[in-house]
Amino acid sequence: MHQCIYPIMTYFRGVWCIMEKLVPAKDRLLKSNKNWLDGELRGKILVILCAVIMISATISITIFLGTKGLQSFIKNGVSLIEFITSTQWNPTNQAKPEYGALPFIFGSFAVTFLAAIVAAPLGIGGAIFMTEIAPSWGKKILQPVIELLVGIPSVVYGFIGLTVLVPFIREQVGGLGFSLLSGTIVLSIMILPTVTTIATDAMSSLSKNLREGSYALGATRWQTIRKVLIPAALPTLLTAIVLGMARAFGEALAVQMVIGNVRDIPTSILDASATLTTIITLNMGHTTYGSVENNTLWSMGLILLIMSFAFILLIRYLSSRRKM
Amino acid sequence: MKSFKKISLALILAALMVFVAACGGGTTTNKKDGTSNKENKTAELSGSLSVSGSSAMQPLVAAAAEEFMAKNPKVDIQVNAGGSGTGLSQVAEGSVQIGNSDVFAEEKEGIPADQLVDHKVAVVGMTAAVNPKVGIKDIKKADLIKVFTGKITNWKELGGADQKIVLVNRPDSSGTRAIFNKFALDGATPAEGITEDSSNTVKKIINETEGAVGYLAFSYFTDETVTPLAIDGVEPTAENVQSGKFPVWAYQHSYTKGEATDLAKVFLDYLMSDDIQNTLLKEQGYLPVTKMKVERDAKGNQKDL
Repeated sequence: MHQCIYPIMTYFRGVWCIMEKLVPAKDRLLKSNKNWLDGELRGKILVILCAVIMISATISITIFLGTKGLQSFIKNGVSLIEFITSTQWNPTNQAKPEYGALPFIFGSFAVTFLAAIVAAPLGIGGAIFMTEIAPSWGKKILQPVIELLVGIPSVVYGFIGLTVLVPFIREQVGGLGFSLLSGTIVLSIMILPTVTTIATDAMSSLSKNLREGSYALGATRWQTIRKVLIPAALPTLLTAIVLGMARAFGEALAVQMVIGNVRDIPTSILDASATLTTIITLNMGHTTYGSVENNTLWSMGLILLIMSFAFILLIRYLSSRRKM
Repeated sequence: MKSFKKISLALILAALMVFVAACGGGTTTNKKDGTSNKENKTAELSGSLSVSGSSAMQPLVAAAAEEFMAKNPKVDIQVNAGGSGTGLSQVAEGSVQIGNSDVFAEEKEGIPADQLVDHKVAVVGMTAAVNPKVGIKDIKKADLIKVFTGKITNWKELGGADQKIVLVNRPDSSGTRAIFNKFALDGATPAEGITEDSSNTVKKIINETEGAVGYLAFSYFTDETVTPLAIDGVEPTAENVQSGKFPVWAYQHSYTKGEATDLAKVFLDYLMSDDIQNTLLKEQGYLPVTKMKVERDAKGNQKDL
């Protein structure tokens, strides 16, 4: 009975072990060692495979978008300078096609920054409420509410914007209703969960010493929040805003439904406008593969990709500051 | 608890297996049917057909496909909408058998039009539509051009209400826009305005916005929410389009790569049958191509039949 290969197992399942053959210690160890390696190796291969798939997906999308996006400049001879500085967009004009995407680039940036300006105070305020003011019941209510906002599909945001927000702005504020303002409001609600969630993490990960030290110096709660906690969490709070902006920059469907898609640079917040994403979604289906129009749409996609890289670099820079 | 988890896992796995098996089985039989179809045409039709393209045509072709499949239960027809450009590109590269388009393939850049065979399955008429409060029902073509190019900015200049004109356009590459620009605006480039792709959204905006003007296919004039405009006194009716009096209309094309074969041919013939041309087309708001007294080529030249 005690000659069994797995002495510990004998203790638990005595009867079973009588059946086992006696195996020399050397073989036993080698075998189990090999088994151990097998499991280890398999796990390693599995996770490496996952990583490789993700990396190769990103790289191949980048390469694909890069080659497609550059074709309009290389093959079709569209001038890059014209593309990013001209305001005249007229790709279907047979005699004199014009490819100035500046109004869309401007529209994308305008709507993104305005949405960030609206969403940042709201999101950070909500985060402070959840972590500092009412950590118990506040978090219980606000957390599910925020999570619910994430779950609403963007087409629903757009549809609500089109049926409720656009007529409301037309009647109460003025203009056509289809405007930068409508796009901003819809987008800011959409990026609110991103900003709030990351800001909450930032605030709650702050060391307790900071709060206690501040209170010990006689600071009130508001003074502590304003002078100690917000500056301490600032890099992460900025990351939260930038991540929100990255989402706003790429959003297409909801914005397209409320922004009006006008190819002029807006002069006021009540003017209709267009963004890179809305022009892509409006025109992609109608253009044929390989045509200049189609290629310029890819170029806009490339600009979106470059911008999202820029946002990531900014986030990297901000988080490197946080570590120091 | 633990055993419950195990059982549920087993159940999920079983369900998944049944699903996978069913799906896998389906595709293999389809392929088999597709090949046997060639040998025996007179027998019951079977196989699968994929159609893609113009979103304006999608409801029509999908409805026809449904009726076709009800009559030939072994046939599977997939109708996708993706836009005319997508349809033409996909049929040219052979990834679908039929590509729908609301413009001639010759008008689209980068499409080998000489390899594609055109089947004109329907005609759609379209006209300018205004918000009912504008108070105009008839417009001269010259005035329509001025409205859309931004030279007239208030409806009162045309005898309507004192309302600012708000343009509702389609995207640059849209077939509807191309046809309207060509035949209603005589090729003029419209001024900037709100741009929407979907006809339903355009209709909604025209209905809700004071002084709005856009363009829609006849099939969208089913209620009083928008007012269709007569152009130069010619009412936008099916009869006027068929006789060639009303200029703004377009063919709905189904393209195949080379001559249509097998199932694609049978289905296209079915689309051209009286069954579809005289009933389904009308229900969907299209005009039968078989009743046209005029015809038009890719360059826009019109001649009597």
